[in-house]
Amino acid sequence: MSTLVIDNLSIGLPEGADRRFAVKDMDMAIEMGQITCVVGESGSGKSMTANALMGLLPPGVTVEAGKAVFNGEDVLSLPEARKQALRGAEIAMIFQEPMTALNPLMRIGEQISEVFAAHDLYTPSQRREKALHLIREVGLPDPEKIIRAYPFQLSGGQRQRAMIAMALALEPKLLIADEPTTALDVTTQAQILKLILDLRDKHGMAVMFITHDFGVVAEIADHVIVMREGKVVERGRAAEVLGNPQHDYTKRLLDAIPTGKLPKARPPRDVPALEIRGLRKIYRTGGGLFKPVREVRAVDDVSLTVARGEVLGLVGESGSGKSTLGRTAVRLVTPDGGQVMVGGTDLAALSDEELRKERHKVQMVFQDPYASLNPRQRIMGALTAGPITNGVPRAKAQERARELLEIVGLGAEAATRYPHEFSGGQRQRIGIARALAMDPELIIADEAVSALDVSIQAQVLDLLRDLRERFDLSILFITHDLRVAAQLCDRIAVMQKGKLVEIGTVHDIFLSPQQAYTRQLLAAVPGADWAKENVDA
Amino acid sequence: MWKRFSSNIGAMVGVVLLLAVIVIAVIAPMLYPGGPWQMVQRPFLPPFAQDAYPFGTDTLGRNVAAQLAYGAQVSLLVGLVSTLVALLIGVPLGALAGFYGGMVDEGAMRFTEFFQTIPNFALAIVLVAIFQPNLTSIILAIAIVSWPPVARLVRAEVMSVRKREFVDAATLAGLSKPRILVTQVLPNTVSPIIVMASLMVATAILLESSLSFLGLGDPNAMSWGYMIGAARTVIRSAWWLSFFPGVAIIITVLALNLIGEGLNDALNPHLSRKGRA
Repeated sequence: MSTLVIDNLSIGLPEGADRRFAVKDMDMAIEMGQITCVVGESGSGKSMTANALMGLLPPGVTVEAGKAVFNGEDVLSLPEARKQALRGAEIAMIFQEPMTALNPLMRIGEQISEVFAAHDLYTPSQRREKALHLIREVGLPDPEKIIRAYPFQLSGGQRQRAMIAMALALEPKLLIADEPTTALDVTTQAQILKLILDLRDKHGMAVMFITHDFGVVAEIADHVIVMREGKVVERGRAAEVLGNPQHDYTKRLLDAIPTGKLPKARPPRDVPALEIRGLRKIYRTGGGLFKPVREVRAVDDVSLTVARGEVLGLVGESGSGKSTLGRTAVRLVTPDGGQVMVGGTDLAALSDEELRKERHKVQMVFQDPYASLNPRQRIMGALTAGPITNGVPRAKAQERARELLEIVGLGAEAATRYPHEFSGGQRQRIGIARALAMDPELIIADEAVSALDVSIQAQVLDLLRDLRERFDLSILFITHDLRVAAQLCDRIAVMQKGKLVEIGTVHDIFLSPQQAYTRQLLAAVPGADWAKENVDA
Repeated sequence: MWKRFSSNIGAMVGVVLLLAVIVIAVIAPMLYPGGPWQMVQRPFLPPFAQDAYPFGTDTLGRNVAAQLAYGAQVSLLVGLVSTLVALLIGVPLGALAGFYGGMVDEGAMRFTEFFQTIPNFALAIVLVAIFQPNLTSIILAIAIVSWPPVARLVRAEVMSVRKREFVDAATLAGLSKPRILVTQVLPNTVSPIIVMASLMVATAILLESSLSFLGLGDPNAMSWGYMIGAARTVIRSAWWLSFFPGVAIIITVLALNLIGEGLNDALNPHLSRKGRA
């Protein structure tokens, strides 16, 4: 039986948007007790569909046609009062960012109780009892304590569990989950996915699961709907869509996913581009008359080497210190101890003025393509400022900048434009060109492809692979995504809580990991089994 | 940006009003070549009694219309120049404090707070009284009491911009710190500064009027505040002497506020009160 049937839904965008409809002529049915994954890249209209169902469309965006029948009623045309009664009680939603979706000033228990209060159910003491029960059900540790905790006292995964507890409070028939695991680490993501599966089995609710990640789809989906630019391009049972995609776009998306397929390893060379020896960085916070100083060992005695022409992947969960290590290696962060040897000089020991002259040796490609380019500076300025400071004549620097823009696939005319005229993927190419403009001995890529859609991610990875062949680049590639690391890297280093856990060739790490933590990380990769089957086939 | 600004009716009304005031100020010497101090008719001529003197005459028989036109010159001059001076003090100080942090920040902010703890108007009165009242001293006094908010705003903006990744990228490119501040950070703080400046011009005009009202204006310059102050004793018998300059002040300040708000909505569309549509 279908819990929700969407019929011919069209959602119109305001004038001046890049297209007329956010969603056009969409049909879909969500079956009771089944998980339907809506998959698509950013801008495909998948979140708009969910927001329309909940009556949460932003101003200017309107439902222009179509019905969404739930319980025999069209939820799109219900009066607001009726919609309000439906929300929470019959249809519940969980969001991507659990920090912003929870009220920071309210205790977890109160937030869950509020769901009951909003629907005028139970007495306060019963509500508390129910909240406690829910907290237990979603597997939060120490429920008595959690109920009195504030959101900031919980980790990301715990917050998402609290969100799920709120969503489940009134036993909804339909749960809409909008990218609920995207902001989480792989191991936490695996736990949350398992929780959603368990709860589905127990309560028999229908789940509409919005995601961009086919790995997640492979883990939990019964049905899959692939969306592109507001239209459904493919639908079917999960196994069929993943195993035998029909539409070109689905095939392209699936091809773009970094699989467990390992590239041929290259023999490492002995000449080091970067040598890190005994690096330490400790962050101290707090500390007053009566408070003890809290110390976080972000990087704790780490030594590693990146050989010339090698790509070393640095993998770890958030808080593992991998980014701090990267920033220390370029000395955006000054270490508390240890050496960072690049081309025979110890960057960690230089004075500010000496350092400025050595900066060009190590360059960085940043994570956020939107924050890493100055919105008020033309691309040419961004690419030439460094070389010109370094003593390259202006004309030569500009010529080189145009050449680099051609190499990264943007065309020389991009130089005269401003960053806002480019998409995320294009900006990341500009970021790479900017790093190359300095002729560095080493590039540090800090989550350089994490903010991009899979197909764009694949293109940027191709570009990086191409560039490293062409210029014999040495890259320290920092990522939380093991699948991405496997695509590009020769060796992989795994970090946990500031310490280096394991380092080895891609084959060693993936096929015969030595440490328990590495095995745990590998097991948590969504869709790992499915990807492996694909490789075998 | 201009499109967003021009579609804002309030802001366009502000622009039209301000342009009118500016035009009047500029052509005042042509309209009234005799200047604002010349006695032209009998004293206390009520408004609209004679076509040549639509706003009547004052206690000494001077043309109120001419006084208003010349007063516009003084108000605009004081408003613009004092705001400019306040920006010249506040922007560099705030930028240095926000960018370098630490001791520089501490020093600059304590210095700023020192000025903020003294009531604006009281400080302005004392300053003008110390340096003989004339246009220069009035402009300086207004600038000195109005720069602290600028410094605090610029500091906050710089602190948020300098944490962005493009600043890290500029550091890696080997740019020196002062150069990063000037070429990378400051251009990204311009929008809120423009908005604040437009509102500061309005405040400065009010401050100048208040000072002149108290008799601390430049004795050689006709100003709206001075007119109101002089008319205060005859307010019951000759209402128009304080009414028209009051209206002039209201219109100018209102125009500047409308423009400031329009600029705010146009430059920071994400904070627009109407929400994104």
